Amino acid sequence: MSADAHGHIEIPYTVEPRPDTGVYNGKLGVWLFLASEVMLFGALFSSLILIRTGAAEWPKGWIELHPIPATVNTFVLIASSVFVVMGWANLRLRKPQVARMWIALTLLCGFIFMGIKAYEYSLSFEHHHFPSTSNFFAIYFTMTGLHGLHVLGGMVVFTYFLTTGWKMYDHEPRRFTNRIEIVGLYWHFVDLVWIFLFPTLYLL
Amino acid sequence: MTEHVAESHDHHDHHDDPEQIKKELFRYWAVFVALSLGTILTVWVRFGLQLPEHQAIIVALIIASVKGSLVAGFFMHLLSEKKLIYSVLVLTVIFFAVLMWLPVHDILDKFGYR
Repeated sequence: MSADAHGHIEIPYTVEPRPDTGVYNGKLGVWLFLASEVMLFGALFSSLILIRTGAAEWPKGWIELHPIPATVNTFVLIASSVFVVMGWANLRLRKPQVARMWIALTLLCGFIFMGIKAYEYSLSFEHHHFPSTSNFFAIYFTMTGLHGLHVLGGMVVFTYFLTTGWKMYDHEPRRFTNRIEIVGLYWHFVDLVWIFLFPTLYLL
Repeated sequence: MTEHVAESHDHHDHHDDPEQIKKELFRYWAVFVALSLGTILTVWVRFGLQLPEHQAIIVALIIASVKGSLVAGFFMHLLSEKKLIYSVLVLTVIFFAVLMWLPVHDILDKFGYR
């Protein structure tokens, strides 16, 4: 890390790949973070298997939960995943306004997902289903709640990039493009977790 | 304005070849269609086929794994990633497998398969 005459610190390898790793630092960083996330959700899936197989009876997800809003949410997340790669690809094509539209659509999908999730939770609460109701609802609220927090985290980052964070594109377009790639990787991971959560909790 | 400034900062990068990126765009939409069909298939297997529970679990997890592979392979570009990223992921997969093996080990014990 070096400082210029104005005291600005230059962070190395934010654009160019680092010679020894072959990738820019941010990308390696996000993959290491995602590896830890795999273990976090993996521990919960492992717990689900243990609790489920240990239970004398296990409630049917499609009866106790609400598979229709969950199915809609699956499509919403899949759409958001393709929108964010479209945003990234358009930044690489030097079409920032088009990219901005795709990223805004991704954020919109995040809001729709959270809205549907809130509606789904409200239906559960109406039926007096809370985390304390049973092991089934405890693991359901824990896993979907943690996943929802991840969606919320991604939305905060997208909001930043669409507003003040976008200024970086004007003077460092490639660095900004890499930033969108990084948040995109995180967002795809959130989608990937949902791909497994949806059938495991709602359909089995 | 933004477009103009972006042009002035243009760098030569083979990764940013417009023709290549346009091909990628088509691929991304194809994956989107495949993921949507996979979701429909998952729901149909549950409510249309009404398989016995253990078969339903296996089929649902196979479909989810295929969908997950599409997301990881194309959207997260793991099909063309650097060796170091693969190394990180191999390590992750090993730890994840251990994590999944623990309950399976317990289940095998419980049902007397060992």
